[in-house]
Amino acid sequence: MERTVERHTIAVLVDNEPGVLARVIGLFSGRGYNIESLTVAEVNPDERLSRITVVTSGTPMVIEQIKAQLSRLVPVHKVHDLTAEGPHVERELVLVKVASAGEKRVEALRIADVFRARAVDSTNESFVFEVTGVQEKLNAFINLMRPLGLVDVSRTGVVAISRGAKGF
Amino acid sequence: MADQALSGSEVVLKALVDQGVEVIFGYPGGAVLPIYDALFKQNSLRHILVRQEGGAVHAAEGYARSTGKVGVVLVTSGPGATNAVTGLTDALMDSIPVVCLTGQVPTHLIGNDAFQEADTTGITRPCTKHNYLVKDPADLARVMHEAFYVARTGRPGPVVIDLPKDILVGPAPYVAPERVKHRSYRPQIKGDTKRIEQAVEMMAKAKRPIFYCGGGVINSGPAASKLLTQLVRLTGFPCTLTLMGLGAFPAADPQFLGMLGMHGTLEANLAMHGCDLLINIGARFDDRVTGRITAFSPNSKKIHVDIDPSSINKNVPVDVAIVGDAGHVLEDMIKIWKARQARTDQKAIKAWWADIEGWRKRDCLRYRTSTEVIKPQYALQRLYAHIKDRDHYITTEVGQHQMWAAQFLKFEEPNRWMTSGGLGTMGYGLPAAMGVQVAHPKALVIDVAGEASILMNIQEMSTIAQYRLPVKVFILNNEYMGMVRQWQELLHGGRYSESYMDSLPDFVKLADAFGAVGLRATKPDEVDHVIKEMIDTDRAVIADIVVDKTENCFPMIPSGAAHNEILLGPEDEAKKPVSEDGMVLV
Repeated sequence: MERTVERHTIAVLVDNEPGVLARVIGLFSGRGYNIESLTVAEVNPDERLSRITVVTSGTPMVIEQIKAQLSRLVPVHKVHDLTAEGPHVERELVLVKVASAGEKRVEALRIADVFRARAVDSTNESFVFEVTGVQEKLNAFINLMRPLGLVDVSRTGVVAISRGAKGF
Repeated sequence: MADQALSGSEVVLKALVDQGVEVIFGYPGGAVLPIYDALFKQNSLRHILVRQEGGAVHAAEGYARSTGKVGVVLVTSGPGATNAVTGLTDALMDSIPVVCLTGQVPTHLIGNDAFQEADTTGITRPCTKHNYLVKDPADLARVMHEAFYVARTGRPGPVVIDLPKDILVGPAPYVAPERVKHRSYRPQIKGDTKRIEQAVEMMAKAKRPIFYCGGGVINSGPAASKLLTQLVRLTGFPCTLTLMGLGAFPAADPQFLGMLGMHGTLEANLAMHGCDLLINIGARFDDRVTGRITAFSPNSKKIHVDIDPSSINKNVPVDVAIVGDAGHVLEDMIKIWKARQARTDQKAIKAWWADIEGWRKRDCLRYRTSTEVIKPQYALQRLYAHIKDRDHYITTEVGQHQMWAAQFLKFEEPNRWMTSGGLGTMGYGLPAAMGVQVAHPKALVIDVAGEASILMNIQEMSTIAQYRLPVKVFILNNEYMGMVRQWQELLHGGRYSESYMDSLPDFVKLADAFGAVGLRATKPDEVDHVIKEMIDTDRAVIADIVVDKTENCFPMIPSGAAHNEILLGPEDEAKKPVSEDGMVLV
């Protein structure tokens, strides 16, 4: 049996009804699957459809199970394994609050520039930076800010979409 | 057009009637009083008043499993709903279609810790196929119809509809079932033809094949069992059934090897172990069937037909997976088999049957007979001899008696055998028998019970009395939680911790107290007489069969063991001590 653990990004289109997120989360906790990141928002208000993006990890057998289990939930319309189905784009947004003065403050601004971060709030002693990108880039940015007065981090979790003309 | 004249409660009842419901099992309470008031004013729905909500769900399960219809439950909010949870989980595990209506506090009080409030949709989310909380009267009729569609379509299961009291009291529009179509839920019913062709090809080439079939065949309807029988006979292959599948293939057929799994027959388990092609139709490779998964049927190609895609490759990786309804796939298999004029490898199949007959000769269900004490197996053999020519239905509780019933009672047709397989719910059998008897008033309905299990829902004897249901309770009374005691003997050095049933009631007097007839047999030569009297009595009967206290259920594949490590009896048990690895398993 295949034992290698793989990381997959799965997109799920669901009815935007009360309890649907609890159903998905309950499925993961009840069956012992991992959730590395989870995002959800309504994407089609006319048809009341929401899109959930889950980043999960497991053996190929477990990944197949996760997809099958998600598909059998009654309010689930579609399940796509973006990792398995070809090229896709993944993005995450982070807000990073840094409080420092003097040389550290200048250095933080310089690094923010390198990462194309935007300062969305500034005071005399702090900045809030907004950065988007793949998870690795955000991790690198956060790590660089740590010695420069990092006080708070808020991340959205991964959203993803397939490349090319084809829709969901 | 929507009919504004109806109240929410009336919409609920109208939807039930339009869904073909005839019987509801329920228990009133504050939050559902409007529905009970509406029930009082109509005559199309019959209500069976149970004595505890758990009994209502099991009764609905028995009703559903013996008729193929959706079972319906009506309970109040809070404790009414939480008492229903075990039955809902049971129905989920065994894929039984049930719609359970629960009362709820009015919408403006939800979340306020109101009297008899519970987060019913939250609590039942993991133990239902789907659930709804109706917060807008405009959704009520649609939700009612959708719930029935979801409960019976695809892999069947329980659906809860939580109904706040204000929704029941206020006006609500009605919509007919034909006008409701679920937005997204469309399970795959028809199997992929290419894969079915591939499966047929593998079947034609097989040298040591076996059919391993389960409850999915029964859930597909009686036609599926007929098709299975046809295919098995067409191929000449052996067939074994799971606990949930008993009746899907006639037990008297020489191609039937009996039940497989932990307490299955030697021939079924060794054939599973030694086969080169395993054809699974509507079973789910449950751990009670597979034993140690790494040693399960090690040299076989595997075909798996299941309506639930998540059952495929869950426990055991398979070579050909066919998602679809058992009946449809079986029909296609037969068509393709006949169209190709498929021929099996006669010589190999003959040799395979010779192996199987060799195992069968070991007569694995043999037990030491006695003229002093009643052996439970003997009691069941005698019971079967008396009922086999009658229109009968069997339910069971959970434990040794359940396994003996599966071994010693023979099922020639589907929908005749109601047992709690997946969840293993003690207390299932009596209310389930009640539900079966309501559906089949003229039939002989017997709950094969243990003295421990029967006490878990004994209050339902009162329901049985109220509706004059002639249910027969056949207790194999060994004064132990027999299966617990057996495991303690095998795995825990014979330390019988809390498995002895001290201070049991006098079941004969108990029957009397509930207006039923109580009978007792203590010696083997009394068994026939008691069974005959039980059957001839046209009222409810509790037959207390006092059996050997220390009899163990064999064959047995201990937890964590493989099919070929099966224990045949006490002698075998002494020779092959059970590995301690199995202790951590259930």
